[in-house]
Amino acid sequence: MLAADESARIIAGGQTLVPMMAMRLARPTRLIDINHIAALSYIRADGDTISIGAITRQCLVERDKLIATSLPLLARAVPFIGHAATRARGTIGGSLANADPAAELPLIAITLDAVFTYRVDRRTEKIGARDFYIGPMTTSLPGDAILTSVQLPVWPGKIGVGFHEVNTRRSDFAFVATAAQVELTDDGRCKRIAIGIGAATDFPIRLATAEEKLKGSTLDAAIVKDAVVQALADVTPLSDLHASAKYRRRVAADLATRAVVDACSHALGRKLHAH
Amino acid sequence: MLLGANSMRIKLTVNGDEYALEIEPRTTLLDCLRDHLGLKGAHAGCEHGVCGACTVLFDGVAVRSCLIFAPQAEGTPITTIEGITPGPGELSPLQDAFCETHGMQCGYCTPAMILVAHALLADNPNPTRDDIVEAISGNLCRCTGYAQIVEAIALAADRIRGTNRPPEVRK
Repeated sequence: MLAADESARIIAGGQTLVPMMAMRLARPTRLIDINHIAALSYIRADGDTISIGAITRQCLVERDKLIATSLPLLARAVPFIGHAATRARGTIGGSLANADPAAELPLIAITLDAVFTYRVDRRTEKIGARDFYIGPMTTSLPGDAILTSVQLPVWPGKIGVGFHEVNTRRSDFAFVATAAQVELTDDGRCKRIAIGIGAATDFPIRLATAEEKLKGSTLDAAIVKDAVVQALADVTPLSDLHASAKYRRRVAADLATRAVVDACSHALGRKLHAH
Repeated sequence: MLLGANSMRIKLTVNGDEYALEIEPRTTLLDCLRDHLGLKGAHAGCEHGVCGACTVLFDGVAVRSCLIFAPQAEGTPITTIEGITPGPGELSPLQDAFCETHGMQCGYCTPAMILVAHALLADNPNPTRDDIVEAISGNLCRCTGYAQIVEAIALAADRIRGTNRPPEVRK
């Protein structure tokens, strides 16, 4: 049906598509409702990854024990998505494929190097998160394809996570969001680190040069801030009515530093302040 | 009877009653409840998922009825504010508490606030202030400043715990 009608759209949770239709920003000719395909709603361990079906509701992920223990970064970020009533309907795959620059789930997918599985032309294909996002609200998913699941790698070892975002009101769109996951060695040094920035650019990015620099360090706030500021020097943030590029750069540096320091404390078993 | 070119037949279960309807598939659940079933307690505010005034319970879970199309609601029990009173002329403990603490002024957000509170108390009979604030954080009120709404929900929670009986809803 998608291939036959390029103006047809798939509807899952509808928490973005229906507002877009209400505002006449989207005028699909047909809606293909996939809410009753039970086989697309699951959370399961799959080797060293967790696989989540595309129409799994965000509220299920929020409460899931496997997610809480295996993907603590995702568990930390989900409560920031919209509010409870939208998480009750909104799906994991819907938000990932919608590719809103300010959305939390694409940021987590980029930070953890998720892999997306989709069906097109009766074939199953896979694509990495870094190749999936190509612009604001734009992915490399073919027009007649359907996202079926996402695979998120589980990091073994002594890991910790941090997540921060800034917006005008709770549950509004973020101006800047940051996510960090670290793995520490037994003597408390950084063995592995991923730092992601969302809402500041057309799609979420990683601070790869900062990650390289911080490996082997003790992740003290000053060292982290230095590395993050340098990495952000190469980034041109978005500028709009809500937040200037200068503001976004400054806030991104602070929030990314906080996310990494939180992740380090979390890995060391120290108690974190609530967001 | 022949269906109109753009109509479809659906069945909805609202407040325990079954309804068979002929409806355009683009009709939102909100418009269907108000205009086809005469249940005016679900209020149309922003109609794009921001204000929360249209909240109903979808199998007991608070959702935006403006973001669901009526045909999508087939097979799922729906509760509106009309379905939470124990009987004609009576009020639920939550409705009582909203009256007593002045948890409403113009009343536009009130049905949704009460339904969200019902969903909260069904899940968590002993909510903290933070739990209450989190639960109503998706619902806008431009009159009360929220303080009396939080107070109302805490009062109702206290009373419901006292009666040792969960809040009743008709699904």
